[in-house]
Amino acid sequence: MRSIELTLNGLRVRATVEPHETLLGVLRQRLAATEVKSGCERGDCGACAVLLDGRAINSCLALAVQADGRAVTTVRGLGTPEAPHPLQTAFIELGAAQCGICIPGMLVTLYAMLATRPEATRQEVREAIGGNLCRCTGYHKIVDAALAAARRLVEGRPAPQADGRPINQPGDRG
Amino acid sequence: MSASPVGFRIVGQRAPRPDASDKVFGLTRYADDFAMGGMLHARVVRSPRPSARIVRLDPSAAAAVPGVRCVLTARDVPHNVLFSDVPGQTTTVGPLRARTQVLAEEVVRFLGEPVALVAAETEEAAEEGARRVAVEYTDLPGVFDPEAAMHPDAPRLEPTGNVISRWKIRKGDVEAAFREADVIVEGSYRTPFIDHAFIEPEAGVAWLDENGVITIRVATQVIEHFRDVANVLGLPHSRVRIIAPYIGGGFGGKEDVTVEVFLGLLVWKTTRPVRLCYSREESIISPTKRHPFVMRYKHGARRDGTLVAVEVELISDAGAYAYLSPLTLLYGMVHAAGPYRIPHVKVDGVSVLTNNPPTSAFRGFGSAQPAFAYESQMDELARTLGLDPLAVRERNYLAKGERLASGQELETAVWLPETARRAWDALGAPRVPSGPGRRVGRGVASALTSYGRIVWLHDWASAWVELQMDGTVLVRTGVPDIGGGQAASLVQITSELLGVPQADIAIHIGDSALTPLAGTTTATRQLYMSGSAVHKAASELRATLLAQAAELFAAAPDAVDLAEGAAGLRDAPDRRVAFRELAAACARAHRPRSAFAIYQAPAGQVMDFETGQGKVFPDFTFGSQAVEVEVDVATGEVAVLALAACYDVGRAINRNSVEGQMEGGAAMGLGYALLEEDRVAEGVTLTPNLMTYLIPTALDVPDVTTIILESGEGMGPWGARGIGEPAMVPTAPAIANAVRDAVGVRLTRLPITPERLW
Repeated sequence: MRSIELTLNGLRVRATVEPHETLLGVLRQRLAATEVKSGCERGDCGACAVLLDGRAINSCLALAVQADGRAVTTVRGLGTPEAPHPLQTAFIELGAAQCGICIPGMLVTLYAMLATRPEATRQEVREAIGGNLCRCTGYHKIVDAALAAARRLVEGRPAPQADGRPINQPGDRG
Repeated sequence: MSASPVGFRIVGQRAPRPDASDKVFGLTRYADDFAMGGMLHARVVRSPRPSARIVRLDPSAAAAVPGVRCVLTARDVPHNVLFSDVPGQTTTVGPLRARTQVLAEEVVRFLGEPVALVAAETEEAAEEGARRVAVEYTDLPGVFDPEAAMHPDAPRLEPTGNVISRWKIRKGDVEAAFREADVIVEGSYRTPFIDHAFIEPEAGVAWLDENGVITIRVATQVIEHFRDVANVLGLPHSRVRIIAPYIGGGFGGKEDVTVEVFLGLLVWKTTRPVRLCYSREESIISPTKRHPFVMRYKHGARRDGTLVAVEVELISDAGAYAYLSPLTLLYGMVHAAGPYRIPHVKVDGVSVLTNNPPTSAFRGFGSAQPAFAYESQMDELARTLGLDPLAVRERNYLAKGERLASGQELETAVWLPETARRAWDALGAPRVPSGPGRRVGRGVASALTSYGRIVWLHDWASAWVELQMDGTVLVRTGVPDIGGGQAASLVQITSELLGVPQADIAIHIGDSALTPLAGTTTATRQLYMSGSAVHKAASELRATLLAQAAELFAAAPDAVDLAEGAAGLRDAPDRRVAFRELAAACARAHRPRSAFAIYQAPAGQVMDFETGQGKVFPDFTFGSQAVEVEVDVATGEVAVLALAACYDVGRAINRNSVEGQMEGGAAMGLGYALLEEDRVAEGVTLTPNLMTYLIPTALDVPDVTTIILESGEGMGPWGARGIGEPAMVPTAPAIANAVRDAVGVRLTRLPITPERLW
């Protein structure tokens, strides 16, 4: 057993872990971070994505000891109902969450992408979430919401489109 | 937010779903996000062989593992059988054939079949315990192909044989019609096992409550499996309660019993809280899959494309246990001729047990497989005659007032030509191939898909709506929400009828003990059924509130309106009574502030099983999809460039949710067409993870163009139809037809992989 200390969504937390325990297991079972979802435990689905020092990783593929002394951010660290991140607001308004089980992983992945590429194109958004599986939505509204949030973050500048076509607006289809 | 249709204040809007907020802030507690003090962790011991006799089963070494608290085998299960409800089959094959053993007794019939249960203080101890359960097997001959399994000499899974159901539909005289047809088109089609691949595996936590009720909080589409669990335990039904939290995807895979019966057994035996969550590998290899179908089609038509006859043979692989296979096949039968007017029809279907993984419900429920075949056939017919595929369909589409081959009259709007034309036109100008060696092609497919349960099952749903003393509104109904926005739509319906903002409406769902039962979240039935129940209850409460307000205003009830959480006089907007005061007034006047309503679907007689004639479904949803693909001729890779879906949904209650179903359904259909195959060789699943079982990623699915038509003629609230299952049905044939258009190759087997296409 080994004692580790990490920053979880801004709070310092300690845990005693086995060397072979995954970060996913420790987050969910010892640190009550059940917002991090477990879908495959082998890096195929992206449901367990968290930020490790700002970089999106699959927490099922990281050992808990690797997080020692580092900062872990989950979806709860991005925003709250009182102070939502624009991604969270856009996901609600545009209906991007259906069953919602993939959403925590989607959101942290998109958050990391927007931090480095705030003017991402539609195609770049799709590439960013290429490792985050969703079985419900067909990804359309997730991409819409990501781009809407990006526009809000980069005030006033419309996100360019890969194919030059306008971004779908919530009211302009059907 | 877009405007509602005329006359509505919130119906038809893109109202944000009340469940979305918790989901995006990471606050939703799914089945496996819940823990209790003293909770044990469970593991299932599964058969490593597809067909074998258990010669020794010794749990003693497992029980001796430190931390292991309970090991159960079949002999510990009071009534070791789960029945599937197979109405209509009792007269021909007997009810006992549709049963599953909870834990294997003497024989295992498929790889992954549960043999024993272990519960321990830690997951590690449970896993170690599961490894130590000693099971010795001797292999038995297995049968892995449904056609081989029909042979009289095939190994038998049941003493009476492997055929578990046969259905037939007879209309007219196909032989005579074929003789007179100008053209005959024949094709043989195959579809694979498909995994539901929800991102949330099967999971739950159960405990014994303070009243001795076994309470099971589980990811399920069917809270009414509490009866099945109670029957297995030999307890009164009231001693088992099932709670469905928000579910991480269902698609039919959480329709049959999964972990809840194991949890019930372990809680009953240990009296401790118990958790059980399947690994992804377990989720893929063991629970039910979509049926592989073999489909042989023969269409006869006149030179102008008018269909005169179709003969169909459907063979479904039921896998090792019946589950819902007979019903799935019946759905396939009724949908087999497609949305077309065909004077002479003969359909024969058979469902056969094999030693493959068991198959049961999956979005489309037996209607998705025939759609791949009949829409491929329609395209081949058009090509044979040198006609436009869309024009051939338009010549043959059923219309309102006409009848299916099974005799059922289409009593509501049938807007097939509109859906096909709109979807096709939405593809826009043809795209140019992105490079040499690439070809672009287009395809279209239409389908009818039933919504609501079979009419002779006497479906019903109930709901409770209450005005609370603080002026807010409470809805209670036993709906499991699997992600389609089931609860949100009910809130929206209540908001519309009572004039209360959505934010002032709370909803309790999915509790078999405390919410009025609303049936299963399956068969695309919840908006229709629980939506109608909530509509009825909210309408009754509305009438009460109008009467109370009219009394306060000394006016007639029809002079009063409810809006923005208050009652007001239509002609005197300054005269308003807030709902909080109205609630107090109701209480003083002994007027009920709540209403309970049961909605009973119109029932019908059981169909004639000799001829396959009779009304089977309440109604259908009609729609079409059009796609454009690009095929890399050198590699056989197919990219879907554009996909347009158009449906008459009757009435869109929540436009975002309707589009979400159409987009997600098309994505699932795309996976069915191009990617997904649970490969099973001699009963062994070769694709036990999401690296080998491929579902569409964000890079595989194009932006889906969704076109919503609203005839207002469905059976649900304000004429709504269901859209959940219909949304995925036409995609695969539309893609197959587009591939055929692009490269001239007709693939009759799904998925259309580069290897098969090349």
